[in-house]
Amino acid sequence: MSHATHGKGDAGIGATDGIGDEPQSTKEQVVSYLLGLTLASLLTVASFWAVHTHLIYGPGIPVALLALAVAQMGIHLVFFLHITTAPDNTNNVMALGFGVLIVCLLVFGSLWIMAHLNHNMMSMDDLMRMQR
Amino acid sequence: MSGAAAASASGATDAPTGRGAGGPAPQRIIVGYGFWIFLLSDVVMFSAFFAAFAVLMNATAEGPSARQLFDLGNVAVETACLLASSFTCGMASLAVAQRSQRWTQVALLVTGVLGATFLLLEVREFSRLVAQGAGPSRSAFLSSFFTLVGCHGLHVTAGLLWLGTMMAQFLAKGFRQDIRHRFLCFSLFWHALDIIWVGIFSLVYLVGVSA
Repeated sequence: MSHATHGKGDAGIGATDGIGDEPQSTKEQVVSYLLGLTLASLLTVASFWAVHTHLIYGPGIPVALLALAVAQMGIHLVFFLHITTAPDNTNNVMALGFGVLIVCLLVFGSLWIMAHLNHNMMSMDDLMRMQR
Repeated sequence: MSGAAAASASGATDAPTGRGAGGPAPQRIIVGYGFWIFLLSDVVMFSAFFAAFAVLMNATAEGPSARQLFDLGNVAVETACLLASSFTCGMASLAVAQRSQRWTQVALLVTGVLGATFLLLEVREFSRLVAQGAGPSRSAFLSSFFTLVGCHGLHVTAGLLWLGTMMAQFLAKGFRQDIRHRFLCFSLFWHALDIIWVGIFSLVYLVGVSA
């Protein structure tokens, strides 16, 4: 099975025979890269548009930007880095999943803890008043 | 692999099945996996800088805020440069797969020029900020900003040096397997830098301006 998979070419990360299970011709691969470029450009334009628009509820704009950024990262992973569901890619996908877990723990954990500390800390004015 | 072939040829019922059957994966799969692990560790390092920036974004010490400092036009051009260079890097890997020396060199040269343009714009922005008195020592917000974006800039600089080395090695040594493996690692590195920049322009510049 493994032999048959490898016989088709390079199915792993950064593969140079396309992103599907079947090998693609060079022309098809150029089209695939162009598709990735177009989707990433559209998401970039949408991000810059979202900052100035009044269509989105103001406090929701950072959430919209986060969603657009995650979507664009997905586009990059699939079309440029060729992270796929091919058997040769299983280890890469699992490592990516673990990396995403660590990143989420680090970023959201820091934000959560620091927000709580800010909330529980006496304000600087009160602190000054006590020292007088 | 010959073991698996022999087993299937003899019709043995206890032939290995499932993932990993048929022997070890080819070297390029293993090289890509190893470098991917390194890239993920790099992303974890960047996420710590992202977390620091997110926490300190409003700690401006009564100094200038993100909305007053950031020039989104400049950021848009930087983003376009890096996205286009990621695309031409993909074209270079297709040219390498076709063993075309001319197209490999052309695509890598364009990638390098776009990367250098990005770096130039970033250095210009940094020097403008420092000249305005908004250097890294002004406030915790600016310290975390310069650390995060500067670290990405250092990665791009290292990537440009690596890119020049790859061009020279393709010219001098041709499309040998070990050189192609090095180029695979380079292209993964370059695409990963673009992914980190997506996080920077969205969550640092755009969120900073909209907040």
